[in-house]
Amino acid sequence: MKRWLLFVPLLVFAALMTLLWRGLALDPTAMPSALIDKPLPAFALPALHDPGQIVTQHDISGEVALLNVWATWCPPCAIEHPYLVELAEQQQVPIIGVDYKDTDQEALQWLERRGNPYKVVLADREGRLGLDLGVFGAPETYVLDRSGVIRYRHVGIVDDKVWANTLQPLVEQLRREASVP
Amino acid sequence: MRVRVWLTALLLGGWLAVGSAWGIDPFEFATPELRERFYRLNDELRCPKCQNQNLAGSNAEIAEDLRSEVYRLLNEGRTDAEIKSYLVERYGDYILYRPPLSARTLALWLTPPLLLFVAVFALVLLVRKHRLAASTQSGVGLDQAERERLARLLAQEQADKAQRRSAE
Repeated sequence: MKRWLLFVPLLVFAALMTLLWRGLALDPTAMPSALIDKPLPAFALPALHDPGQIVTQHDISGEVALLNVWATWCPPCAIEHPYLVELAEQQQVPIIGVDYKDTDQEALQWLERRGNPYKVVLADREGRLGLDLGVFGAPETYVLDRSGVIRYRHVGIVDDKVWANTLQPLVEQLRREASVP
Repeated sequence: MRVRVWLTALLLGGWLAVGSAWGIDPFEFATPELRERFYRLNDELRCPKCQNQNLAGSNAEIAEDLRSEVYRLLNEGRTDAEIKSYLVERYGDYILYRPPLSARTLALWLTPPLLLFVAVFALVLLVRKHRLAASTQSGVGLDQAERERLARLLAQEQADKAQRRSAE
């Protein structure tokens, strides 16, 4: 009986442990966005603060921006909101809001009470833009480059750590990219 | 006796009723074929939020929205493949319970049958080794000459015993 064969179970165990150890660090609910490196889906939505004005994807592009999907019925969005207000006050990056499956009235009141960090808020009343983006749980924040291409999606609350560790470096990198003519 | 029959009937009836009460959504279908496709698609699509449930079984709002979307696309005349790719475009491969066979998912598809094959192979080897050990060829058993010697020794012992008893 070859000596080394005795070590096979140990090796299998070691390999399995490595795999499982890595697996512990993975998030099973993480669903990478299907839209990475794809342009923002086409849409034509009324602006929350001026429903007569229709905003399309062309109006959004031109600068690196964050697109934040939120709603008044979403508790984590309320938790995230003050930090977005702070970001907006520091003028770090323009933030576009998508008010997902909400009522205009409630959304306006909500922003009135808590502050409005958004450059513009799109009233996605039916949730069509949300569906086209692949939104499955608010809040979600997308990073758009200058051409309106989605480069990253963060699912969940954006706080100072998320900004410092993930979003800010990406935004700065995208700003350094030459714009596509 | 009568009561028992009634109770059983009630139980079974209730069970059947729950089984056939599909869904929270009152969707109307033009043809039974459309309804079939609707059920089948919802069974094969994952709820993006409650990720261990399919669209058919999930109460999440996103599941409701996606069921409505599937309904809308079906009524537009899209094929099953078109509906699936519409959703994959937005939610990624993960929304399909049956992931497509591609270079990325090759490991996912091949590993279970591969592991099964390895396990069966190992089992076969083990059984064969065991059988070989049980036969005379590996030297663990007794060969013919040894068996005869054993028989003689046993017989000798019996004879000795009998002699001793008669001598007492």
